[in-house]
Amino acid sequence: MEFVSPEGLRLDGRRPMEMRQIRAEIGAVSKADGSAIFEMGNTKVIAAVYGPREVQNRSQQISSHALVRCEYSMANFSTGDRMRKPKGDRRSTEISLVIRQTMEACILTHLLPRSQIDIYVQVLQADGGTRSACINAATLALADAGIPMRDFVTSCSAGYLNSTPLLDLNYVEDSAGGPDVTLGILPKLDKVTLFQMDSKLPIDILENVMQLAIEGCKAIASYIREILLENTNQLEYRRGV
Amino acid sequence: MLHNKSFVKKTKGGKVMKQVREHYLRDDIYCGAPFCTVCDSSAARLGASPSTILIVDTNVVLNQIDLLENPAFDNVVLLSIVLEEVKNKNMSVYNRVRSICSNSTRKVFVFSNEYHRDTYVKEMSGETKNDRNDRAIRVATQWYQNHLGGDVKVLLITNDKENKRKACEEGIFAETVESYVKSLDRSDLLDLLVRPASEDVDMEEVEDLRPSKRKVIYSEHKPMSEITSGLHRGIYHQGKLRVNRHNPFEAYVGSESIGDEIIIYGRSNMNRAFDGDIVAVELLPQDQWQEASSLSIAGEEDEDVDEGVHLAPNSADHAPRTIPQQGSSEKVNAASNRPSGRIVGIIKRNWHSYCGSLDPMPMPAGSGGIAHALFVSKDRRIPKIRIQTRQLENLLDKRIIVAVDSWDRQSRYPSGHYVRTIGEIGDRDTESEVVLIENDINTRPFSSQVLACLPPLPWSVSSEDLSNPIRQDLRHLRVFSVDPPGCKDIDDALHCHTLSNGNFEVGVHIADVTNFVHPGTPLDDEASQRGTSVYLVERRIDMLPKPLTEDICSLRSDVERLAFSVIWEMTPEADIVSTRYTKSVIKSSAALSYVEAQARMDDSRLMDPITADLRNMNILAKKMRLRRIERGALTLASAEVKFQIDTETHDPLDIGMYQIREANQMVEEFMLAANVSVAEQILKTFPLCSLLRRHPTPTREMLEPFLRTATAVGLHLDVSSSKALADSLDHAVGDDPYFNKLIRILATRCMSQAVYFCSGDLSPPEYHHYGLASPLYTHFTSPIRRYADVIVHRLLAASLGISKLPSVFQDRLQLTNISDNLNYRHRNAQYAGRASVELHTLIYFRKRPTDTEARIVKIRSNGFFVFVPKYGIEGPVYLTKADKGSGEWYVDEQQQKIKKMDGSLSYSILQTVQIHMEVVEPQPNRPKLQLTLI
Repeated sequence: MEFVSPEGLRLDGRRPMEMRQIRAEIGAVSKADGSAIFEMGNTKVIAAVYGPREVQNRSQQISSHALVRCEYSMANFSTGDRMRKPKGDRRSTEISLVIRQTMEACILTHLLPRSQIDIYVQVLQADGGTRSACINAATLALADAGIPMRDFVTSCSAGYLNSTPLLDLNYVEDSAGGPDVTLGILPKLDKVTLFQMDSKLPIDILENVMQLAIEGCKAIASYIREILLENTNQLEYRRGV
Repeated sequence: MLHNKSFVKKTKGGKVMKQVREHYLRDDIYCGAPFCTVCDSSAARLGASPSTILIVDTNVVLNQIDLLENPAFDNVVLLSIVLEEVKNKNMSVYNRVRSICSNSTRKVFVFSNEYHRDTYVKEMSGETKNDRNDRAIRVATQWYQNHLGGDVKVLLITNDKENKRKACEEGIFAETVESYVKSLDRSDLLDLLVRPASEDVDMEEVEDLRPSKRKVIYSEHKPMSEITSGLHRGIYHQGKLRVNRHNPFEAYVGSESIGDEIIIYGRSNMNRAFDGDIVAVELLPQDQWQEASSLSIAGEEDEDVDEGVHLAPNSADHAPRTIPQQGSSEKVNAASNRPSGRIVGIIKRNWHSYCGSLDPMPMPAGSGGIAHALFVSKDRRIPKIRIQTRQLENLLDKRIIVAVDSWDRQSRYPSGHYVRTIGEIGDRDTESEVVLIENDINTRPFSSQVLACLPPLPWSVSSEDLSNPIRQDLRHLRVFSVDPPGCKDIDDALHCHTLSNGNFEVGVHIADVTNFVHPGTPLDDEASQRGTSVYLVERRIDMLPKPLTEDICSLRSDVERLAFSVIWEMTPEADIVSTRYTKSVIKSSAALSYVEAQARMDDSRLMDPITADLRNMNILAKKMRLRRIERGALTLASAEVKFQIDTETHDPLDIGMYQIREANQMVEEFMLAANVSVAEQILKTFPLCSLLRRHPTPTREMLEPFLRTATAVGLHLDVSSSKALADSLDHAVGDDPYFNKLIRILATRCMSQAVYFCSGDLSPPEYHHYGLASPLYTHFTSPIRRYADVIVHRLLAASLGISKLPSVFQDRLQLTNISDNLNYRHRNAQYAGRASVELHTLIYFRKRPTDTEARIVKIRSNGFFVFVPKYGIEGPVYLTKADKGSGEWYVDEQQQKIKKMDGSLSYSILQTVQIHMEVVEPQPNRPKLQLTLI
């Protein structure tokens, strides 16, 4: 199938190096300590963070660190066909784990010993790149909750179809079966915290695709920073500072 | 950049689902006109100051693609919506349009109207998809007109009346294709026009002219829905139609649902299907299943059937298909057990353009007007095609290309249109061109992108090559090559020297093509498409550009060249002690021809080192050959002929059997050994993605006609295994010296050809190569002229850790596609080679009627086929005049004899007869070779 036309346009009219439109909103769940909605095109996820709080199950308490827990789920209405998925299916378990590990790498857990941080992410609408969107939403929610972090984690996917590296795959491109790289970075520290890939890719091309994904992550980071700044300004204004 | 979402409903697997897709609308899509002041014109393709810019609609592209391909049709804007629709309707037209777009000499621009902020249109409620797309085209046209201003006329070309009317209402210039082409005033373009089917007003005239044509000749094709449900219920069967190359009224459909071939007899059962179409077939009731009707040679007066003189076939793939006859001929068994059927619908058309000429006809009275003519394709599997032309007098004696447009139930023949002229009939260049076009052989010069991949010339082995650790320096070895005389693409060389322990070191050095052809480059893509070099009698069409073929890769004498070497240590008994593979640098000390090599070996006075090497190798080769034959390898024979070509006129001067010398066999033996060694090596490392070559064991049915012949002449042949067959062939000695060779030739043509395959697709027992009696075989030794060898080189290099395995090999599907393409190209190259020889045979005999000796190879009720050993050709000899019928003669099936009723004369199979060969021209411009009994 032709995913990039000879004119250099993808199926949805983007060029290969372009991301979908992103939008973020902080404070969607007022009951939670921190929350955010993050949209990448038609992919829409919500994240809520509770904590740091007392560890619910005493046996899991860690005396030197905070315990980070993460739960990922997809809303039944998130895809077109309404499928009732069992809660603990393999895919969600895996993504929960991925998100937990990624976030753990940036939270300063040693500052919060014997406490617990819960991250809940739910996909409201899925159109490819849910993993990345979840991580970005979780970052915003953690920041909103005021949890100490080394840096933001931002994530973006990239793929390789029709011999062209493509940034931010949507569902159609994702299900083409080509290589699909999901990358998470700490933009300020310039470190990679997450790197996953489906399918195979020659090593020299992987380099290009990865570079593209890093550019994407950085773009998201600058947008997230903007949103957070705006949010802080508003908080300042409300407090009358 | 704006952004907007479109909502599409889509059914999938029976379910109706709502699908939401993002659709980004942009403001950075440019109009492609270089004179535009607003747009970025770096990618502009249109002319600098055209008076009109054409925008075509989908149906125009679909139907008038030949017109679009004509360079006179320029300054065209293709909208992305049009391309999208074309792609969905007809992939081959889409590919042609795309190649027009990418051709930098054409002024054709693709405008992505669907993604442009101003030209995107939303579907209105109650509007069909077609109406919406038509509207999108009109909106885009309007936008162009406004964008470019009044200096340029933007013209919408559409044949849709409704669309045209609406366009005119909206103030857009719109015209039909006919009126536009007429306004250009060029009659050659008019011929390219496809006439719209039936509903057009012209039809009335046609009716008046040919009242008989109103009769319905063919039954209706079933609608698609009915075919699908029929296939589902098992009453119809789907398959690809293959028309018998030798009898266009007989066709086969290989059906998976039946697991057998369905035979289709006659045009009415074939119901307008072409060779290669995917069709739906309904089985006929069993009592209508016909016995094979191929018992007589079709008469010359039979309208389309023409069993002319051809080259003797080399394998079953070239030979006419004969259906094995069960039971004796006396018993009336009307119902055979081969299923017959009739076509009820065509699922996918395989129409393309065909080479041929016009049926001779008198010039119509009102000359200059439109004439209707019948086109006869060179390929006999294609029916005659009716075309309209305004330049009849020019075309009558020309070879032309014609494309098919439609085939109504009322007309006996499909209708088509003229595409282009190749040249005069009978002219050697024209006919060669026809041969190439018919066999889908790409003769275009290599593109500049491909040539850019070549190393800079003049090329020589560099110091990096020499210091490269993977490359061994073998320049000190006495390497030489043995090839046909005048060979310029030398891809193999040999060396042989005695080791201190009495063993021999034998090396086969193959040109290191993969050092220059890297995977994924345009050069590699082109070579993989071409697949093989094609050798015609008077010219060669290369797979790789000439500098590579004749210089950089060619292992010429006295120059350093890069090679890929297979080096064995062999005992004097020709047992292989060890094998090693390495990339190397060699310097050939002599490029011998077969004749020279043979002369050196035979001349006992010569004692120079090369001659000694040759003799040693010859001794080894003979032992290897003997061992191979003991294992059961078949010594097959073919009736290859060789022409002596006049260097000035390129006309054939002499024709004769290709002589095989010991030197040929010697080289062949080492090449076989190298191929087998390499096959073992690559399969060991890559059991799932190696490219191998196999030769299937012939089935009993394939050997049946051959066995009957053998029995008739009193030979008993054991065909239980290749070993048994080889032995019984050795024992088949007749009274004359040629007998054994004749039997071998007949045996060879019963077998199918060897094919390339990907090792992951079959199980190891199927890898077997029957003819060579080798469990494994591949092609390694001719990378300059075969792409398969290039792939094998890469596999071998990867298996030695020299280079990485290209990504193609990770995808088995792609590898299978490549091997299928290689098989297709290989077969076509052979057909082309044979057709070229046939053509030159005809030219040769045109001036030289000859009497010669021939052998009867097939008996028919009204004559027999003879094989002429001296010229390697085969053709029919008629005993009866076509109008008299075959009453005088009767055929003895058992004895394979044809006898005169009164018993005065009889001819039996393999008998020697004297015949007279002469070129006759029964119809003007249709010369053919005729064989008559003396």
